[in-house]
Amino acid sequence: MSGNSSTDAFVAFEHVQKSYDGVQLVVKDLNLAVPRGEFLTMLGPSGSGKTTCLMMLAGFETATHGEIKLDGKPINNIPPHKRGIGMVFQNYALFPHMTIAENLSFPLEVRKIGKSEREEKVKRALDMVQMGDFGNRRPAQLSGGQQQRVALARALVFEPELVLMDEPLGALDKQLREHMQFEITNLAHELGITTVYVTHDQTEALTMSDRIAVFDDGRIQQLATPDKLYEQPENSFVAQFIGENNTFEGTVKEISNGQAIVELDDGEVIDCTPVNVSKPGERTLISIRPERVEIDKSRLKEGVHTLKAEVLEFIYMGDIFRTRLRVAGQDDFIIKTRNAPDQVRLKPGQQIEIGWLPEDCRALDA
Amino acid sequence: MMADTHFDENGLVLAADGTPLKQSLARALRAQKIRALLLIAPLLLFVTISFVLPIGEMLMRSVQNTAGTEYIPDLMPNVVEEIQDWEPASGEMPAEPVYRALAQDLATAFENRNHTQLGRRFNYESAGMSSIFRKSGRRVSNWDIETDGPFREKFLDIDDDWGNIEYWATIKANSGYYTTSYFLAAFDAQRTSEGIQMKDPDQRIYSKLMVRTLWLSFLITFCTFALGYPVAWLLADLPAKSANMLLILVLLPFWTSLLVRTSAWKILLQQQGVINDFWIALGFTERMSLINNQLGVVIAMTHILLPFMILPLYSVMKTIPPSYLRAAKSLGATNTVAFMRVYFPQTTPGIGAGSLLVFILAVGYFITPELVGGADGTFISNRIYYQFSSSGNWGLAAALGTVMLVVVLLLYYIYDKLVGVDNVKLG
Ligand SMILES: Nc1ncnc2c1ncn2[C@@H]1O[C@H](COP(=O)(O)OP(=O)(O)OP(=O)(O)O)[C@@H](O)[C@H]1O
Ligand SMILES: [Mg+2]
Repeated sequence: MSGNSSTDAFVAFEHVQKSYDGVQLVVKDLNLAVPRGEFLTMLGPSGSGKTTCLMMLAGFETATHGEIKLDGKPINNIPPHKRGIGMVFQNYALFPHMTIAENLSFPLEVRKIGKSEREEKVKRALDMVQMGDFGNRRPAQLSGGQQQRVALARALVFEPELVLMDEPLGALDKQLREHMQFEITNLAHELGITTVYVTHDQTEALTMSDRIAVFDDGRIQQLATPDKLYEQPENSFVAQFIGENNTFEGTVKEISNGQAIVELDDGEVIDCTPVNVSKPGERTLISIRPERVEIDKSRLKEGVHTLKAEVLEFIYMGDIFRTRLRVAGQDDFIIKTRNAPDQVRLKPGQQIEIGWLPEDCRALDA
Repeated sequence: MMADTHFDENGLVLAADGTPLKQSLARALRAQKIRALLLIAPLLLFVTISFVLPIGEMLMRSVQNTAGTEYIPDLMPNVVEEIQDWEPASGEMPAEPVYRALAQDLATAFENRNHTQLGRRFNYESAGMSSIFRKSGRRVSNWDIETDGPFREKFLDIDDDWGNIEYWATIKANSGYYTTSYFLAAFDAQRTSEGIQMKDPDQRIYSKLMVRTLWLSFLITFCTFALGYPVAWLLADLPAKSANMLLILVLLPFWTSLLVRTSAWKILLQQQGVINDFWIALGFTERMSLINNQLGVVIAMTHILLPFMILPLYSVMKTIPPSYLRAAKSLGATNTVAFMRVYFPQTTPGIGAGSLLVFILAVGYFITPELVGGADGTFISNRIYYQFSSSGNWGLAAALGTVMLVVVLLLYYIYDKLVGVDNVKLG
């Protein structure tokens, strides 16, 4: 899926494996190439190996097999403190016995940078995250969001080319999170640093990243830009993990011209795009996003199949309407419609017909 | 919500039932306070009876001028009165009325059977006085105060020492209800005809013992720190299961009697002991003296007090997330720098707690120095015990105890100024 261009990548994982206990592989054959200046997010469920990958990159865990390269050079044998990688930890890890300024000054001191230059850099880094007035405080005297900014400033103050962040916004409330997401991406792009960002919040991943690597079970399931990932998931895990998703199981009847006709388990037939299926008779999982379902028949293409549906529930959510339907024997089919003036508001019990563009409906691995 | 807040005519907030809010709050709190007081009452009572009162008693005893249970002025009322006019500095002996008073008081004391106690009391100040009191008691009781005078010659007949001006000076100096002489003794000072002076250097035992106790306690504290710190670090770094295993090993000594442990050290360290045998087996010819000296005390007490250092260190280290060290390294610090500048400073509360605990325990330690200390390894506490049990000089024992208490409080104060007691954390 990736790793072909690892020769000119800034960060490259090549066939990396990791096991903690010698029994189970936590990371199985990881290949990943991150070009210089990219903001790459590792997204995945808990325990999928994201932190482990980050720790291997930072040098706190060693890869059991395979090679990690930084700027073309293998770093397996370089100790963490010589890698020059900035890191933001989930709990920030600000040193509690030092002031904010001392925290920022620390990486410069160990690099034996002169006092005046140090002070200047610390000041610039603090100003960059709008924390210039807080230099003399201790970490405990700051709010969570402020600590987060300081942690970011500390990871950047020694001007690393690569910054790793492990769920840095995990402890913040929603509003602050969104604000910090914006600030972090801005800073990263402004400074031109390469960023590897870990989260298990998909919205965060979608809004911040240049590319997202979806992790599951120690493997990258898909590596793609946010829009591709959302609109063209390559397998059923990605489809279900990212965003809301309606699924059906069925069997491929026919594939032609890049389109497939699939018979659902209750006998109905639909049109879709084949992704992980290649020949008739294969089992498949159909995935369709709730907002891509069409209830206005006049807006569908001629001749496409439609499905009968019964409205079970109508939920008013402000900006959108969320309607639950019974379709093809399943009563968890969700559709989302925009709250527009001419939008119909469905009523429970109503019988309707639904359809979609074949490109929006993907036949994935079963 | 404003509608729910009521005010009285003075603008004070009222509770729902119309009473002022402050008052009803106080009532609610009072019940809580009474409950809290009842809960701690048994402990408070226990601590008062078993701790506060004895310490108060000790502090008092160090200044009370008593022989047995009674005050000197009550035992020798006549002498105390007559001797006021006599000046030891004049170089002359006290006049006849003083001797006469002595005869009166000694006769009473003999009847009440406490003339020997009187003698012993003065003997603490000037050696030899015990015997003249003992000798004189019976003889004086046969005299007739009205007719048998003058008494000075009669006393000198019993013992020439009744003419010793130093003895009389001692009696005069200790004729009040309260005395400083125990404290003088505790500081190795004495009252002479030229005023208060230090004793001869070779007689200054208490200051020597005090310095030795503090020094050895410091050494023991340092040893427990040097041995305990790495262990605590290892424990804090290990997964919970193995850490618990090792912690049990650390606590194991607590399950063995102190006496047994100390005796075990005796067996290990003695001249013909296991360690010396091993030493000889290694090819050395001379046996080491590892016990009945200061070395033995330091070894045995370091072992005994080690858990008191490890436990606070461990519980503090346990709270330091490993991400701090990782953060330091990711910022470019070598292992050593990361440890010295990031990890170690965060463990100082544990070091403070452990050191304070070990030091204070060590300063007051008794059994181990008694058993393995030999002649030059005993602590001040051993001397205090001696004064209590063998010598019976409770006043001096109390004075030494008080000095000890003050020294420890003083060290605690200095420690607070240097480190800050708020920084001490037990977990
Ligand atoms: N130090 C360790 N020793 C043993 N197993 C570990 C260790 N660290 C992680 N693991 C295991 O490795 C797997 C991956 O862990 P990792 O921390 O990389 O997951 P993650 O993707 O970061 O999850 P999360 O989103 O919950 O942080 C998990 O099954 C975890 O139990
Ligand atoms: Mg993680």
